[in-house]
Formats: sequence, structure tokens, C-alpha cells
Amino acid sequence: MTIAEGQRPSSTLPFTQPVLKATGLVKTYGRVVGLDGVDLELYQGEVLAVIGDNGAGKSTLIKCLTGAEIPDTGEIELNGKPVQFKRPQDAKHFGIETVYQGLAVSPALDVASNLYLGRELRKAGIAGRVFRVLDTKLMRQNAKAELDRLGISTLQDVTVAIESLSGGQRQAVAVARAAAFGSKVVVLDEPTAALGVRETNQVLDLIRRLRDGGIPVILVSHNMPNVFDVADRIHVQRLGKRAAVITPKTHSMTEAVAIMTGASVG
Amino acid sequence: MSADLATEFLDRRTPLSRVRNLLHRYPALSPGIVLIVAVIVFGVISPRFFFVNNLSLITQQVAVVGTLAIAQTLVILTAGIDLSVGAIMVLASMVVAQTASQNHVPAVLALLLGLLVGLAAGAVNGLLVTRLKLPPFIVTLGTLNIFIALTLLYSNSASVNGQSLPAIITSTGATFPVFGVGVTYGVVIMLVLYVIMAFILGRTAWGKHVYAVGDDKEAARLTGISVNRVLVSVYVVAGAILAIGAWVQIGRSDAASPNAGGDLNLDSITAVVIGGTSLFGGRGTLWGSLLGALIVGVFRNGLALAGLDVLYQTLAVGVLIIVAVSLDQWIRKVRS
Repeated sequence: MTIAEGQRPSSTLPFTQPVLKATGLVKTYGRVVGLDGVDLELYQGEVLAVIGDNGAGKSTLIKCLTGAEIPDTGEIELNGKPVQFKRPQDAKHFGIETVYQGLAVSPALDVASNLYLGRELRKAGIAGRVFRVLDTKLMRQNAKAELDRLGISTLQDVTVAIESLSGGQRQAVAVARAAAFGSKVVVLDEPTAALGVRETNQVLDLIRRLRDGGIPVILVSHNMPNVFDVADRIHVQRLGKRAAVITPKTHSMTEAVAIMTGASVG
Repeated sequence: MSADLATEFLDRRTPLSRVRNLLHRYPALSPGIVLIVAVIVFGVISPRFFFVNNLSLITQQVAVVGTLAIAQTLVILTAGIDLSVGAIMVLASMVVAQTASQNHVPAVLALLLGLLVGLAAGAVNGLLVTRLKLPPFIVTLGTLNIFIALTLLYSNSASVNGQSLPAIITSTGATFPVFGVGVTYGVVIMLVLYVIMAFILGRTAWGKHVYAVGDDKEAARLTGISVNRVLVSVYVVAGAILAIGAWVQIGRSDAASPNAGGDLNLDSITAVVIGGTSLFGGRGTLWGSLLGALIVGVFRNGLALAGLDVLYQTLAVGVLIIVAVSLDQWIRKVRS
């Protein structure tokens, strides 16, 4: 295994401690080994891409980092402090927001309800505190403002049900939710799958803006041009392990694919 | 993408798909139209349909099933089904009646005991569904039989007559006039429950979570919703509503009978399905279920007034169910 030069975004950053650090993550499903001792470091101000062939353990890795799965062994540290995520809520609580592959949105609920699902805003006063009434108006206003802020122009009406939206618009909702609430880390598993060219570029822009705004991003993607476009570093996953960490500057796409498939060791 | 655009294109163009989108957005629309048409048709066929006594009778006949349908709607919204609603209601009603008549427990306390039984029975269903991860159909098929057996054991298969019960317990059968139509307190209780539960479903986080869990459990979990907690709470709340239904039932029949709930399990599902709530979960409204219960009541009543045999009422309800579910399937095709 090789760790390439410029393992951290060399430029501007004084931070030496990873924001998110995983050591020796192992996850097995019966006799199938999903993760076989994976390490991962994510630093402030970077986009870390995770690439790998099908079955290399990308999604499992993401799930273990975000509380959707509990790793068998291994440690996760957030800003140097060990953390344990038993449920997705735990990771969210620490400011880690995720867009899972295949999306985690509720089709019958409207856009605003989906953005605020699991963290609804209640009305002020007795109505909210005692009768737990939701402040639907405020949530809709905020949802609209948030979508505008994120530059997601394809969604105008936040009161329509998700199921009446196109695939790209649904993806936009999921990405917007992660971007809006992720205060420490945003994790995106295949966020541009099923998107058109224009929408893909919007998501990539959004990723850059998140990074520039100080929130590091983990991006899982099959799309090499996208990865080489936005990533500062690339974590190559192979057979349940980290095969290498490279950068778009030091390696070409062909070389990355070679490491991914085992044709080269980096 | 191109396929997406194509379906959107079609959806915007044909009038039929515009109707579908409308029905999709407002699930209570189709049962509402069916009810209005049915009322008009039966009113034309038989002038007696609009007699105040007849209208009063329809509301009374709907009160019990309508109350049970609230509990059933909650469970079906989570993509579950509760075959034990009638059994739980009867068990609660026997506990209320027996403790009040034989053990001379004060009426209010007897009703609270019934409520407790409903809550406990709901909790049993909820825990079996979430802990043993059994399908709700199987769990409630099992508890249906268990609760029926418990009811018969507890009551020695004997009914309790309304005359031996305190007035408060049978008061749900008492009527008061509204524009000349006699309305029972049981009907009022049912309507109040609809208002409260519709508000909770539509305006609280818990309500949103019920829909989200029924829509897609895994997505709800990943969003950070405690799916099991929501499911257990749904069955427990359903149990409480069923216990209130028991009170309505005692007033309605002026007795508590261990054999009263036989048809109510399926009747409540019928009301929910006709009301436009999807058996696949996550889609539907509570008001639709009230409309569904009213449709069944109006059909049964109207066909009887038209002089048709009871068999035709059953036939009509069967057709209604098939039509309602077919319509739901068609409406759900809005999903691309």
C-alpha cells in the first residue's frame, strides 16, 4: 500500500489532526467480509473521494462511518475524540450528514417535510411545547431559503410530494438535506448517479462550496471524471481494504483504475 | 433521464393522468365523490333514505366501525395491518362491563381499566412486530385468536346487559338532536377522535414519522427516525382508540357481548381501503377512512331500503373493495 505525496491538502491548512479518522474497521456479514481492516482520514477543507470496484466495500465503509452499520472492530475518531455510532442519529448528532446510495427520502412526504424529517421544528409557545404542533410554515420558508442558498434551482415548490419529482430533483433534495445540516462532515454516496449533466455540475459545485465553507466532504463515486474534477485526495478501496491514497495531481485516471482493479499497486 | 422526461411529458399532457395526479395529491377525493354520488342515487331510489330517523341510524351504524377504522388507518399507514382490532375492542368492552357490573367498580374506573387493557393489547402487538420482527399480518392473526380466547375465558362466554351497567358506560348510546337528526354521543366521540388524530397525523413530527416509516422503513431509519419506537407507539395508540371504541360499542348495542366483534376486523380494513389509504403504507388520510366507513354504511342502508336482499349488500361491499384497491394501484403509478 502506498500513500502518495501530498496526502493532506498541502496548501493553506494548519490542521494536522484529521476531522474524521477511522482505524482498522472490520465488518463481516456472515462469512462475507465487507471491510477487512480499513483506515481512513479526512482533513479539514478537503474533498476526499472514495473509489473502488463493485464489492470493494465503499458503501459498507460509508455506512460504518455514519452509524448505518456498526463495525465489528475498529475505531472512529472525530476531531481526535473516539466516537461510537450505534444508529444514524448518533452520527447526525455529531454533525455528520449523509446521502446514502439509493437515497433515503420518503416519497409520499413533501420536500420541506423531507428536509426536516427527524428534526422537525415545532411552534413556539404552548402549541409547540405542550401540543407539539409543527411549524410547517417556518419549515417551508427555511427549506426554500436553504434550496436557494445552495443554488438548487430545479425545485421551486417545496410543498410537492417527493414521488412526483424527477430522479434528479429527488437527488437534489437528499443532497440539500445533507448540505444544510452537516456541520462537521458531509458524506455523499454516489450523489450524481442518475443525474443529467447540468444537475451533476450543480452537485459538484455544491461539493466545492461546502469544502470552501469549511466542511470536509467524503464523496463516493464511480464517475472518474467527476472524482478527478472535485477531489483533493482519492482513497482507493480494493477487496475490503484501502489499497492506496492518491491525488488527482500525482496520478492519472488510468493509474487510478489500475490500482482499483489490482493491475497496479500504485 | 430521458425516460423520466418522457413520463413527465405524458403526465402533463393527457387529461386522464391529470385526474390521476389530482387523486394522488388528495387521497380523500375519490371516496368523497363516491359517497356524494351514493347518497344522491339512494336518495332518488328511496325517499325514505333522507328521513331523519334513517340518517340517524346510518351514523349510529357507522360509529363503531368508524372508530375502529382510525386505529386500523394508523397501522396500515405504517405498511402493517391489524386483524385483531375487533378482538381487542371486545376484550376491552368485556373488561369494562364485567368490572362495572360484577365487581362493582365505579364506572369511570371500569372505563380506565378497559383503556389499560387496550393499551396493553396494542403494546403486545407492537412488541411482537418490532422485537420478533414478524409480519404484522401474522402477529395480529395470532393475537386475534388469543384475544378472542381470553375474552371468552374471562367472561365465561356470557353477555352483560345494558341495564346492569352504570349510566355513564351506556351513555354513548344516548341521542341528542342536531337539526332534527338524533345523534348519539358515541358518534360525537368518534368524530372528536377523528379530529384529534387527523391533527396529530398531519401536524406533529410523530405523524410525519408514521408516514415516513410506512413509506420506506430503511429510508426512515437512515434519516434518523427510531422506526421501532414509532411502530410500537402506533400499535399502542391504536389499542387506546380501540378501548374507546369499546365504550361506543357498549352504548350502541346497550350490552357487552363477547361475540360482538366478529365482522369488525375486516369491516375496519374495508373502510380504510375504500377510504383510499394504501395497503402498502405511507399514503392515505384519516378522513378517507371516515368516508370509507360512511360509504359502506350508506351502501348497506341504501340497498336495504331499495328492498334488495342482504346478500347484495355484501356483494356491493366486495365490489367496492376491488374497485378501491384497483384505483389505488392506478394512482400509485404516478411514481416514476
